[in-house]
Amino acid sequence: MTQGLITRARICAGGRSTPARRVEDTMSLSRKDMLGIRDLSREEIVLILDTAESFKEISDRTIKKVPTLRGKTVITLFFEASTRTRTSFEIAAKRLSADTINISASASSVVKGETLIDTARNLESMHPDIIVIRHSAAGAAHILAGLLEQSIINAGDGAHEHPTQALLDMLTIREKKGKIEGLRVAIVGDIAHSRVARSNIYGLTKMGAQVVVCGPAMMIPRDIERMGVTVRRTMNDAIRDADVVMMLRMQLERQQENLFPSLREYAQQFSLNRDNIKRAKDDVIVMHPGPINRGVEITPEIADGPHSVILEQVTNGVAVRMALLYLLSGGSK
Amino acid sequence: MKLLLKGGRVIDPSQGVDAVADILIEDGKISRIEQGISPSKPQSKDVPRVIDLKGKIVAPGLIDMHTHLREPGFEYKETILTGSEAAVAGGFTTIACMANTDPVNDNRSVTEFILKQARLASMAHVYPIAAISKGQNGKVLTEFGDLKSAGAVAFSDDGNPVVDSGLMRHALEYAYSFDMPVISHCEDPGLSAGGLMHEGFVSTQLGLPGIPAIAEEIMVARDIDLARFTGTRVHISHVSTAGSVRAVREAKSGGVDVTAETAPHYFTLTDEALRGFSTNCKMYPPLRGADDVQAIKEGLSDGTIDAIASDHAPHSSVEKDVEFAYAANGIIGMETSLSLSLKLVHDGILTMPQLIETMSTNPARILKVPKGSLKPGSDADITVIDPDAKWTVDTGVFRSKSRNCPFHGWNLVGKAVMTIVDGEIKYTVPGVKA
Repeated sequence: MTQGLITRARICAGGRSTPARRVEDTMSLSRKDMLGIRDLSREEIVLILDTAESFKEISDRTIKKVPTLRGKTVITLFFEASTRTRTSFEIAAKRLSADTINISASASSVVKGETLIDTARNLESMHPDIIVIRHSAAGAAHILAGLLEQSIINAGDGAHEHPTQALLDMLTIREKKGKIEGLRVAIVGDIAHSRVARSNIYGLTKMGAQVVVCGPAMMIPRDIERMGVTVRRTMNDAIRDADVVMMLRMQLERQQENLFPSLREYAQQFSLNRDNIKRAKDDVIVMHPGPINRGVEITPEIADGPHSVILEQVTNGVAVRMALLYLLSGGSK
Repeated sequence: MKLLLKGGRVIDPSQGVDAVADILIEDGKISRIEQGISPSKPQSKDVPRVIDLKGKIVAPGLIDMHTHLREPGFEYKETILTGSEAAVAGGFTTIACMANTDPVNDNRSVTEFILKQARLASMAHVYPIAAISKGQNGKVLTEFGDLKSAGAVAFSDDGNPVVDSGLMRHALEYAYSFDMPVISHCEDPGLSAGGLMHEGFVSTQLGLPGIPAIAEEIMVARDIDLARFTGTRVHISHVSTAGSVRAVREAKSGGVDVTAETAPHYFTLTDEALRGFSTNCKMYPPLRGADDVQAIKEGLSDGTIDAIASDHAPHSSVEKDVEFAYAANGIIGMETSLSLSLKLVHDGILTMPQLIETMSTNPARILKVPKGSLKPGSDADITVIDPDAKWTVDTGVFRSKSRNCPFHGWNLVGKAVMTIVDGEIKYTVPGVKA
C-alpha cells in the first residue's frame, strides 16, 4: 500500500511557482504516502533532502510564503500530544499557501467513541489533499493509507516510524558535515520505544553511515543488529569517535512500570555530559528529537553548548515538511 | 434411512484401515465396512441411497477440539448454530468449545445450555469444555464432578493462563479423579504483558511490543513438571514455539502423560505476515518465526504434537477494524483448517493417515469421547475429503458469523466435500454426487 501511484496532483504542478529552478531533472516522488523511511530508496531520500534545502530560503524571506500549494488542503490529525511536529507541519503548509486544519483528539476518546476508520472516512468526505497523522498505535498511518485516496504522511505511529524526524535529522547532518556516508553516528537511549531511532536507523544506514546504538539492555530490542547497526553496552564505547551523537528522550510514558529503576539512575548512567562527550570527535554534533528532558538524557550545558544543533533540527523540520508536502502533491524538483 | 458410500479410499487409523472400501450406514450407525457391498435386494423398500466416492477419501468425522463458539454472551460474533454450521462446512462432525463465554462455562447450567443449543442446531456434535476456575479468574476450582455429569469433556481456562501453580496442580489432580483432561493455555503473563506480536526481528522493526517465545515455554515446562510430579496428564493447547515442541517431545520420551495440539496458522504463517499491521494476523499465541514453524511441522511429523485444532476465535469488525494495538486476539479457522492441514500432506510432511489421526483419532482419544472411528457400531460421523479440489478462500461465503481470517483470497488444494453426522448429510459441496 505504500507503493501507491501518484497521479492525482501531478496535473496541477505545471505553471506553479516552484521555489528552485536550479535543477533540470524531473525526478519526483512516485508514491502516494509517506509512511516510513523503510520504504524509501536512497535516491528518494536525496531528492527530499535536496528539495528541502532549496525550500529553506523561503523561511528567511520577509514575506514567508509562496503560492505553490494554493488551493490544497492539509489536515493534521494528532491523536498524541505534540507541539513541535504539529506546528512544524502547519507552518510548512502555510508557507506553501495550503489551507490547514488541525485536529487534536485523544486516543482514549477514539477508543470510546468513533473509530479511526470512521474518523478517516469523515475527513475524506471533506476532500482534503493531504492528511498528516500521529497516533500512539503502530500502523495507524497504514490503516489510513490503505483506506483513503488522499496522501497520508506519518507524523509518528507508536514506536514504529517517524519519517519526517529522520529526514530533518539527515538534512541537519548533511548540512553540518557535508555528507552522511561514512559518518559514525551514535544513537543513545530507549531504542525499543523509539520511532525516531527506527526511522533514523533505516535512513542513516541507507545513506551509508555507521550507526551505533546504546542504552540500558532492556531498552535494546531483540535482533536490532539485523537492522545494520552495532550495539554497544556502555555509553563510553558508543560515543567514542562519534561524528554525531543523537540522544533520545527517555519516554517513561511508553514504558512498563518495571522497566527502569528511576530517572536519577538513568541520568547517572546514560546522560550525555561534558565528561563523556570528550570521547567523541572534537567536531561532534549533538542532536535530540525533542522534547528534551534537561538533566536526564542530556545535561543543560551540552544541550545549550557549542556542539548542539538541536534548534537547527527544528528549523530544518519546517523545510523537510515543506519538501514532502510539495513532493507528495506532485511537485518535482 | 440407509446410506451406502461406495468406492472411496477409507482411512481409519483407529482400525489401521487404509483401503478402497464401501461403507454401509444404517440408523445413524456404521453398519458394515468392506469391499463390494451390494445395495441389497432390488425389491426391498429399504434400498440404501448410494453415493459414489471414487477418488475421494472417506475418514472418520474430523474433530476440532479447540473452538470458541461465543454463545452465550457474544452472539454477535458467533452462535452455537453458526459455529456448528461452520464446523460441518469445514469437514468437522465434532467440535469442542472453550469456556470463555459470558457467563463463563463454569457451572452446570451453562454446560447444559450449550448442549441444548447444539441439539437445536443439529449440525455437528458439540462438546463443552468447562472452566478450570470459577469465572476463569484463576482462584477457585469449578465443580469438576457436576460439570462432567452435565456433559463437559475437559477443563480449560483457555484465553487466560492458570498463573497459580498450586491451583494448576490441584486442577490436574482433581481432573485425574474423573479421568478428564486439563487443557492448558500456556502463557506467563509477566513475560507477555503488553505484547502484541512475537518478539523478534519483525517486532523490532515494526516497533510493536513483543511476546517472547519463553512466555509460552516456561509455562509448558511448568505444566509438564506438574504432570510428572503428580502422575496426572495434561494437554498443551495451541503450541506455537520450537521450545514447546522440544519440551513436549522430551517429556513424552520420559514417560510423562502429556499431549499437545497446534493450530494451522502456526505451521502456515510466520511473524512476517504482521508487516502490513493486519489485525487478522493478531492472535494469542502470536505467529512465530520461521524456525518455530519448521519445528511445529517436525513435531507433527514425529507425533510429538498429537492434534491439529483450529482455535476458531470469531471476532466482529468492531473488534478487528481498529488500530493493531486495540484489536482483539484471534482468528476463525474451522472452514480453512482442513485445507491448510492438507498442505502438510501435499508437501510430504504428513501422510494422509497421519493427518486423519491428528484431526480425528487423536482428538477423540485426548478428550475420551466415543468418536474418531469407523468401527461397525460407531456413530456414522464421516468426513469425505477431495484431496485435490482446488478452491479459493472467500470469507464472504463462510458459515461463520465472523470474517477475521488471514487466508481470504488464498488458493488452497483439497477440502471436505461431504460431512455426515449420525448418518445424515449435513454438508455437501456442488460437484459431488449425493
